[in-house]
Amino acid sequence: MRNILMALVIGLVFGAGIALSGMANPAKVLNFFDFAGTWDPSLAFVMGGALAVTALGYRLVLRRPAPLLDAAFHLPTSRRIDRPLVAGSAIFGIGWGITGFCPGGAIPALGLGEADAVVFVLSMLAGIALARALRPLLAGRAVARAN
Amino acid sequence: MTTFTPLASLAGGALIGLAAVLLMAFHGRIAGMTGILSGLVPPLAADWAWRAAFLAGAILAPAVIVIAFGDVIGFESPMPMGWLIAGGLLVGVGVSFGGGCTSGHGVCGMARLSPRSIVATLVFMASTAATVFVTRHMIGLV
Repeated sequence: MRNILMALVIGLVFGAGIALSGMANPAKVLNFFDFAGTWDPSLAFVMGGALAVTALGYRLVLRRPAPLLDAAFHLPTSRRIDRPLVAGSAIFGIGWGITGFCPGGAIPALGLGEADAVVFVLSMLAGIALARALRPLLAGRAVARAN
Repeated sequence: MTTFTPLASLAGGALIGLAAVLLMAFHGRIAGMTGILSGLVPPLAADWAWRAAFLAGAILAPAVIVIAFGDVIGFESPMPMGWLIAGGLLVGVGVSFGGGCTSGHGVCGMARLSPRSIVATLVFMASTAATVFVTRHMIGLV
């Protein structure tokens, strides 16, 4: 129960940060990437602020043997730079560049009651489900190729 | 046009970082929206409850800010509906295969100097910038 309440509080901090930073505003995100047009460098400050705090905080936190509300840290261990990582990230960028919404920006945008955020999030969830359905098929093809 | 907001953006970024540090300190988890959301797309992950709580908080915060302070959070979504749906599908597929998005790879992974996250972030930033160049300056969509 305590971990659920704490997750709610941390979610509030995250959502407030996204809202304050401008990441929930698709036009602002698109302008950050529009160097040839109406460039708005604000999002560099979002990344800078977030990275500085996280890098410093992680150093302190990960020194501990375990997190406060769980038995162990759940850290990704893979170091492989593979095709799904690169292709997936490239595809994500196309969608982000078209809409100005990324997952972390779109979820808090739901709280603004904007219809466009709802349409985007539903489409994104469909995309996540689609990827899940595609994964065994793609893996099967890779195996067939290897044989 | 959107106005340059270095202070608000820096403060907002610091709060995003604080959330990432807290989620690691308390739950031992990466604060990546892709990873958190994936456990809530059926079939539900066994530990769906904290994920749902985090999501609820992330949605609630902007709503509370608007109720308390009025219309202070800028929002403008310039793309037509069809493009929004296509873009949403691409984002969903892309972050699933790529194993993360701006929060997971771009903030948490980069802060850990994870080689996968550094590559992913460089790739999606470049891809996003290229896409914006095409939609705005070649097709002239927005």
